[in-house]
Amino acid sequence: MSTLILLLVTGVGLGGLYFLVASGLSLIYGLMGVLNFAHGSFLTLGAFVGLAAAQAVGAGTWGGLLLGLLVGALTGAVAAALTELGLIRPLYNRHIEQVLVTVGLSLATVALFEGIWGPNPRNITTNAWLSDTTELLGARIPNTAFLNILAAALVLGGIVAFLKHTRYGLIIRAGVENRSMVTALGIDVRKAFTLVFAVGGAAAGLGGVLATQSLNYVSPHMGASLLIFAFIVTVIGGMGSLTGAAVASVVVAVLQQLANSYLNNSGDLIVVLLLAIVLLVRPSGLMGRTA
Amino acid sequence: MSEHSPRQDRPREAGPILSVRGLSARIAGQQVVHDVSFDVAATGVTALLGRNGVGKTSTLKAVMGLIERSGEVVLDGARVDAERTERIVCRGVGYVPEDREVFAGLTVAENLRLAERTGDHGTSPARKRLVADLFPDLTQRAQQRAGTLSGGQQQMVSLARALLNENRILLVDEPTKGLAPRIVSEVADALAAAARTVPILLVEQNLQVIDRLADRVVVIDAGRVVHAGPARELLDDQAMIQRFLGVHAESEPAPDQVHKAVTIAEGGE
Ligand SMILES: Nc1ncnc2c1ncn2[C@@H]1O[C@H](COP(=O)(O)OP(=O)(O)OP(=O)(O)O)[C@@H](O)[C@H]1O
Ligand SMILES: [Mg+2]
Repeated sequence: MSTLILLLVTGVGLGGLYFLVASGLSLIYGLMGVLNFAHGSFLTLGAFVGLAAAQAVGAGTWGGLLLGLLVGALTGAVAAALTELGLIRPLYNRHIEQVLVTVGLSLATVALFEGIWGPNPRNITTNAWLSDTTELLGARIPNTAFLNILAAALVLGGIVAFLKHTRYGLIIRAGVENRSMVTALGIDVRKAFTLVFAVGGAAAGLGGVLATQSLNYVSPHMGASLLIFAFIVTVIGGMGSLTGAAVASVVVAVLQQLANSYLNNSGDLIVVLLLAIVLLVRPSGLMGRTA
Repeated sequence: MSEHSPRQDRPREAGPILSVRGLSARIAGQQVVHDVSFDVAATGVTALLGRNGVGKTSTLKAVMGLIERSGEVVLDGARVDAERTERIVCRGVGYVPEDREVFAGLTVAENLRLAERTGDHGTSPARKRLVADLFPDLTQRAQQRAGTLSGGQQQMVSLARALLNENRILLVDEPTKGLAPRIVSEVADALAAAARTVPILLVEQNLQVIDRLADRVVVIDAGRVVHAGPARELLDDQAMIQRFLGVHAESEPAPDQVHKAVTIAEGGE
């Protein structure tokens, strides 16, 4: 019983990390029709820069962590916005080229990060509370799981509120349905493009710093490995659906944890199987619009 | 109806509000508009006619910059053919697309809020009043999702989005398409009221609606302009209607058929 609870809660925590990456992927795809393969790089960059900021204040302190999360999110946002302005916008409406550019950028940036920070994972110092566990119904849950869940919930709530209550949120929701009609109402939809990249980049950068706290290391490759699962989550949830991504994040991560523990470390296999089943039975994903 | 309508402030002048010269456009690499030239007068309704598939919608989209185009588009003396769609709209061009294109997942209020613009040709209190008076239904249904509205109500939303702003011209594409006869005349009423405040370029297949609203007509066939002139001249000439539009107009509709849609027959069917 306590193992099950442990697996469930850590699964939801991992799902939180997936969601932080998948939310941006989903928003960007929904509005622009672009699969952003560079999204993992926003995460990695956010993690390195965020940790550097945290260390400057004091690694392992609450202040350092908070600053690290903030700087990580900001770094992700700026990197993503610059990517959109510099590389995506010049290829307006040429989706294949846009995707290829993001693939190229992801490869180039990983090489760049390796050049700057070295190819190997580096251990980090985490906050004492975060390295500890809390007992819940007999299970000793790592505190990082709670932090991840809290952060993902705040980001989900924040994005939903933004989409619902702001002018740009309205533009994004309308643009997801019918981009050209948004421009035909006199609105420069490209500003919304930059904005969803920035919002998605911020969530990814935040996710990067959080991931280092759970993993206890930072590496140039962490973005790429999380990105794979985030893509799977995005497809299962329904490309472009934020709530779909949230639900699928949790489902995928919990399933992965359970399979890893009870089925001989077969978590990744099970996730790929789930992906295959969803694609066969419901190609548009759990909450996607039919293509 | 006219009391609250914001009047056009531009004086009756000779120049057209919109001039199209040598406009060509392509969709997916295929040319669908061929060297089209016509003017839209600064007042009243100019109808853009032609059989199905001749390129009426494509012509409007080309003017709006929604599809790849070449040629000259002059709005009130200023070239706009190199500009992006949103810039053209902000210069005071309202667009009511074929098939309404309301945002189905957004509420009526959100659809309208999205259409509100700032600036010279933007939303004004007078315009908001006009919309509220023309479409009281929409005020009542403000919180309803536009996707759940009837076709006629969706058309009202689409028209309202354009009418909220102090536009210099409206481009309206088949506003009565697929609507029940009673709703067709409601939409025509609204257009007639709108036309007193802003010049309209109207694509329409329903001859009775054309008869009621149009002052001038431009006819295209196979992507080219084949006729332009006063609406009466075309409507009174059965042979011309048959030749250009492929339809016999009922010149004297029976009283109970007054609102029955007379729809131009499918060109190739
Ligand atoms: N998305 C598209 N892809 C390929 N061809 C298209 C596309 N849209 C329109 N066309 C073609 O362009 C031509 C002109 O179409 P358009 O919609 O402008 O005609 P229309 O006069 O508005 O017709 P209708 O009266 O049926 O609305 C047609 O031959 C049509 O098949
Ligand atoms: Mg058409």
